[in-house]
Amino acid sequence: MTAAVELKAITKKFGDVVAVDNVDLAIEDGEFFAMLGPSGCGKTTTLRMIAGLEFPTQGSLSIFGEEVGTLAPNKRSVNTVFQNYALFPHLTVLENVGFGLKMQGVDKSETRSRSMEMIELVQLEGLEDRKPSQMSGGQQQRVALARALVNQPKVLLLDEPLGALDQKLRQEMQLELKKLQRDVGISFVFVTHDQEEALTMSDRIAVMHEGKLLQVATPEEIYETPANRFVADFIGRTNLLEGTVSDSETVILTNGTPIRAHSNFAAGTRVSISIRPERAKISQQNEDGNPLSSVNGTVETITYLGNARVYGVKFTWMSLEVREENRPGIELYEPGTPITVSWDHDAISVVAD
Amino acid sequence: MTVISEPSSESAEATPQFEKAAQRKESRRGFFLALPSYLYLIIFFVIPLAIVLVYSFATRNRFGGTDLSGWNFASYERIAEPIVRTILFRSLWLAFLTTIICLLIAYPFAYFLATRRPAIRNVMLVFVMIPFWTNFLVRNFAWRVILGNDGPLTKTTEFLGLGTHELLFSQKAVVLGLVYGYLPFMILPLYAAIERIDGQLIEASRDLYGSGWQSFRNVLLPLSMPGVIAGSILVFIPSLGAYVTPEILGGAKTTLLGSYIVTQFLTARNWPFGAALSFVLMAVMLVGTVIYFRKGGRTL
Ligand SMILES: Nc1ncnc2c1ncn2[C@@H]1O[C@H](COP(=O)(O)OP(=O)(O)OP(=O)(O)O)[C@@H](O)[C@H]1O
Ligand SMILES: [Mg+2]
Repeated sequence: MTAAVELKAITKKFGDVVAVDNVDLAIEDGEFFAMLGPSGCGKTTTLRMIAGLEFPTQGSLSIFGEEVGTLAPNKRSVNTVFQNYALFPHLTVLENVGFGLKMQGVDKSETRSRSMEMIELVQLEGLEDRKPSQMSGGQQQRVALARALVNQPKVLLLDEPLGALDQKLRQEMQLELKKLQRDVGISFVFVTHDQEEALTMSDRIAVMHEGKLLQVATPEEIYETPANRFVADFIGRTNLLEGTVSDSETVILTNGTPIRAHSNFAAGTRVSISIRPERAKISQQNEDGNPLSSVNGTVETITYLGNARVYGVKFTWMSLEVREENRPGIELYEPGTPITVSWDHDAISVVAD
Repeated sequence: MTVISEPSSESAEATPQFEKAAQRKESRRGFFLALPSYLYLIIFFVIPLAIVLVYSFATRNRFGGTDLSGWNFASYERIAEPIVRTILFRSLWLAFLTTIICLLIAYPFAYFLATRRPAIRNVMLVFVMIPFWTNFLVRNFAWRVILGNDGPLTKTTEFLGLGTHELLFSQKAVVLGLVYGYLPFMILPLYAAIERIDGQLIEASRDLYGSGWQSFRNVLLPLSMPGVIAGSILVFIPSLGAYVTPEILGGAKTTLLGSYIVTQFLTARNWPFGAALSFVLMAVMLVGTVIYFRKGGRTL
């Protein structure tokens, strides 16, 4: 099967700035694909190259097998939902939604009926004669979606479409977007810098950093087996303990403590052990714990989150985070209490620096 | 029950009073701020206008003076004369032509300007305004030299074997001079209007299958309409009443309204007729402006 979008060794430079650096990527038809990374890592630039709003400096880009390197945006069967929606302020909702069809020369009555259908799909019926300025952010967002989807693109590109919405609306729209994507069945390429959003919505996630693609995988794989230290740190919260590989089952921390951790790195490789806060347990210090899967420390801080507590634990020069669900009857530890932080040896991962 | 509801009903009544007082204060402040402008307009615009209006109904006496008695419409009736009509239509046509040409030249330039980096923009804006540093009259005489019989233009065409091109003292020369003189008044409002447009809207249009031309027609042009209207008014109105440029570049065959009115006041010494012509000119401008704004208002 040909990929919906395929990037081969794509590089984009703006003068001296390398915005996208030698990226290879294949997005399958029908998948919800997230591009995740911190600000300035090249997500928007990648998306704009797929849309044809920017042309690659090097490399080749194809959409359903057709090479589109320098094809104009109006000649590509992809549509974009822009970061700030970019709705036409002088047109009504109906005219905005029908814009693409009008440009393609679809006749007036068909444009109207298809636009109305789309407006109903995004639940804006009754508002079709309003101007964008008379609508809330969430409603504008839906107009932008309808305006893109009415053209039945082969791929929909979304640049942080939920960035401007408040938390609650954001969560609602996340579910709706996901449902919409399943209904229309095309691939959505979704740019975000919110890792939680990427995890909850996507079939696969591409993590970018400084123009480079670090890992492309399912949310589970990204969370459980991050490709490197940056991905482990960026996706979810984690504790990173630096050390050196001693054998395939042991890592020696920088303070000399041996820890049981499986990895395929050669002995002597500098690595970090990633321990997720919710995978660690906190308990009274005692002698019968497994020394290869625990460290001793002191409680420094407690953050109450309602559904959980996060302990800040001082271990050597570092501070570890341990998250405990707020279940009835759990033991509480005051700051200053000496405790042991322990984990299952197969619940942690070893990542390269 | 009553004890609780009493204070709230009292405060509900009190609010509109405060509101009204605040509004009165606000409008009084507005009036004082605008007062200098009002005075200026009354002294230098309304009063002279009233004088012109009064004169347009007066009669010219045998000695070239004006009798402020025997009010009549004779001066207005003269406007129907063929010679006046010809001059009026010629002026309208040339002003229209000037506006269109300015629009065609200024739009691409303003777009180019608005899409440059800020540093380049500012330099180019200065270039647009440099001509203002020289007196308008002097610049028109400069054109006379350029277009004249042994000026650089004729020399060049002769050198290229294209023959002599007598441009000076023709309508072409007048339009050229007017376009040259008023082009900045078209560029600046267009630039201001285009610069405000979010460039992402053009990208959205291109993304939604619009070609370059379609994006211009359906997005850029409608959104820059306020600039088009403002620029057109700023060029059309002074072109219609232009005096200096047609006098210097136009010659006797191409008398325009501005020159004709001046002639009535200074040479023919027919102040009532001159005043009537001025008034009609103003009426035409006013009607044109209103229609244009209305039309523009709908598309915005
Ligand atoms: N038109 C441009 N000219 C010059 N540099 C640019 C241009 N567009 C992007 N860049 C640079 O390219 C890099 C990547 O930018 P990009 O917009 O793709 O980041 P992003 O991942 O979308 O970030 P954000 O999350 O902040 O939107 C940045 O360093 C940016 O400064
Ligand atoms: Mg971006």
